[in-house]
Amino acid sequence: MSEPSPLLEVSGLSKRFGAVVALRSANLSVRPGEIHALMGANGAGKSTLVKVLTGVLRPDGGTITVRGQVRAIVSPAEARRAGLMPVYQDPALIPDLTVLQNLRLTATRVDAVRHWLSELGMSGIDFGAQARELPAPSLRLLDLARALAAEPDVLLLDEITAALPADLTERVFEVIGRRREQARSVIFISHRLAEVSIFCDRATVLRDGETVGVVEPARGGDARIVDLMLGPVAADVVQAEAQRAPTNAGSAAGHVRLEVRSLRAGNMLQDVSFSVRSGEVLGIAALEGQGQRELFDCLAGVRRPDGGQILAEGRVTAFRHPYDAIRAGLVLVPADRMQALLRQRSVRENIALPLVSRIARWGLINPRAERRRVNQAIHRLQIDTRAQSQVRRLSGGNQQKVSIARWLAAGFQTLLCFDPTRGIDIGTKRQIYLLVRELAAAGSAILLFTSELAEIPLACDRVIVLFGGRVVQVLPARIADESTLLRAAHGLAAEAAS
Amino acid sequence: MGAARVAMPFIPARLVRRHGWTIGVYVLLLASLVFTVAIHPTYGAFDVQSLALGALPLALAAAAQTVVVLSGGIDLAVGPMMAVANVLAARAMLHVSFRDALIIAVLVLVLGCAAGAFNGCLVVFSRVPDIVVTLAMSFVWGGVALLILEKPGGGAPLDFQNLASGTSISPWVPNALILMVLVVAAVWVPLRSSRPGLALYAVGSERTAAHASGVNVALARVLAYTLSGAFSAAGGLALTMTTGIGSPLSGTLYTLSSVATIVLGGVSLAGGKGGMLGPMAAAFILTLIPADLIFLGIDPNYGQVIQGTVIVLVVMVGGLAALRRKTA
Repeated sequence: MSEPSPLLEVSGLSKRFGAVVALRSANLSVRPGEIHALMGANGAGKSTLVKVLTGVLRPDGGTITVRGQVRAIVSPAEARRAGLMPVYQDPALIPDLTVLQNLRLTATRVDAVRHWLSELGMSGIDFGAQARELPAPSLRLLDLARALAAEPDVLLLDEITAALPADLTERVFEVIGRRREQARSVIFISHRLAEVSIFCDRATVLRDGETVGVVEPARGGDARIVDLMLGPVAADVVQAEAQRAPTNAGSAAGHVRLEVRSLRAGNMLQDVSFSVRSGEVLGIAALEGQGQRELFDCLAGVRRPDGGQILAEGRVTAFRHPYDAIRAGLVLVPADRMQALLRQRSVRENIALPLVSRIARWGLINPRAERRRVNQAIHRLQIDTRAQSQVRRLSGGNQQKVSIARWLAAGFQTLLCFDPTRGIDIGTKRQIYLLVRELAAAGSAILLFTSELAEIPLACDRVIVLFGGRVVQVLPARIADESTLLRAAHGLAAEAAS
Repeated sequence: MGAARVAMPFIPARLVRRHGWTIGVYVLLLASLVFTVAIHPTYGAFDVQSLALGALPLALAAAAQTVVVLSGGIDLAVGPMMAVANVLAARAMLHVSFRDALIIAVLVLVLGCAAGAFNGCLVVFSRVPDIVVTLAMSFVWGGVALLILEKPGGGAPLDFQNLASGTSISPWVPNALILMVLVVAAVWVPLRSSRPGLALYAVGSERTAAHASGVNVALARVLAYTLSGAFSAAGGLALTMTTGIGSPLSGTLYTLSSVATIVLGGVSLAGGKGGMLGPMAAAFILTLIPADLIFLGIDPNYGQVIQGTVIVLVVMVGGLAALRRKTA
């Protein structure tokens, strides 16, 4: 078998955002006429790679070679000239313009778009409608038709199937599969392993911003893809098991701090019930968009559920505002630290902010009480306060510690952690999980969603898996190894059981 | 063909939905005109002329503000830039022929474009927030106006003034109205249907998506400020026509009035939504209110209070209507 020369070759690509490394060293080689999957756990760097390849982001290092020519892709227009055309995860049409105006904006041939839309089985779209008036699947297919109309050499599809119903998904595959005959290629990003193994010729797997392998999924490669996505974690787990064994013993004894009954919200959260006890860390495993965000938003009082009940300390609650949730003892540590923190204020002020309501007397802040409680929290979490004058100068890990410290100083019963370790280095991650264990041992209940499935056994006692807005599996964390969770999270629970 | 048949019955409904605000503003304008005639039965051609004269500079200021706000920015230098154009024209046009006055007017418009482009480049390339840059520039241009003409003075040929002040078709159709329509349409109609115009809306609507669509975001924003400069200069020339002199402080009120006008005219301060038709009618409404107060014998000092109240009420009612549509 002779190796055809690649259409697109990426080597050693790197990109960092401040302290967060999104791409360490990504390699990718796409042959002509190939459907090439890009796989990786959440945050592995897939979307960043696509954005670098299409000129939205500038890389810090590495080279991109198209048809044997090294190209500096400095803008979306330049990417288009190089023959690379993306369909991003987020809809790319301008919401306030009509479809027709959007096509004119990008100088796209309208008849070509109509042609591709009819190929995709969507000829009914009204081109006079504003983009904001169209439903999500139509927008996705318009994005796709617009990209196809440019006749690119390489089409990059980021999670195009996530928002599509099954029949349209099949149609999409059929249409882009025909590109093979013209020796044109597709880079395909999807969380759905099943799709990838049926449909893609090869798969490049990214982990922590690095290419860790290239697999042919058709030849029983799924297992290998899962292995590659996971990485060598076995050793870590054993070590952590030893670390957390003593804290875990008394967990079953606590009373129920938080109970959720048939919670519903929007389209994403269908029917979720569970309870968390004092001293327990309940993990939540889910791929992106399975209802976990809605669940946490409801629990934190950010949005009101459409149905079901939330019981805090046995009492039915109706949160109208985050303030109500905080009063009920439910506090949130979000993935985006900057959502929680005042980035230009000091560490001290940030920690003291939620505390103010408890130590202020007749509107005045008691500085001594504030200092005492803040110092306790800083000490307990070992926050590196050298850069304390402005929180934005801290590293990601230390920022996350500050956002936990705020609640520590203010007091809480249940801690809601939404992907607290996103983009944090491995050492600090470990510290944060240890901290979570400690807080549980001290009597708190903790709900922990993490996009890094490998870390669930490290921190949790039990784990529930969400898929399509429902709980599809409940496991003791001890036996929830990553491949089990990954299968369940991909909706393959039945298979795993059989 | 099939699509056209299906779409036909929806077009009026969609037109009303999408341009509901603009239609509402014209209904409001009509209502206030009817109200004016009711309280002041002798309201005639002369009053219509003075209404158009008063509304012309405000309408042009609003046009200047509209282009920038549509692109997702704000321009607090509109008023002072009008003043610069006003005093520049009045000083240069004193005792010149009508032809020379026209040439001077064109030069002033070109200078307006240049000044606007300068504002825009500062905003885009310094990365200082637009509100700060244009506020600072408003002081600069205000100072420049005073340097050109220390106190009210200068002049312009009568023929030039008549471009706005007189009537030519019928006494009921003032020149000022024709001039406003011509100036705004000359810029806006070709722009609205071209790629740069779409880019303007795109940049104001969703900047990252616009960038990803290959729009040159920086260029589109500079274009918006350039056009704003042109409309501001036109507004300054309109002040020269309507007052006959140049006054360095003439523009002061127009910066914030332009913002009020476009808000009433249905332009979203968040950018990307709105057009030129609404603000034009809004300029007439906001000029009519003080006149009505005089007819009613109310202290004109209440005018400001009432204008402000009207703006808040109208925007609130519009917001409620949008909310009801969303929940319905």
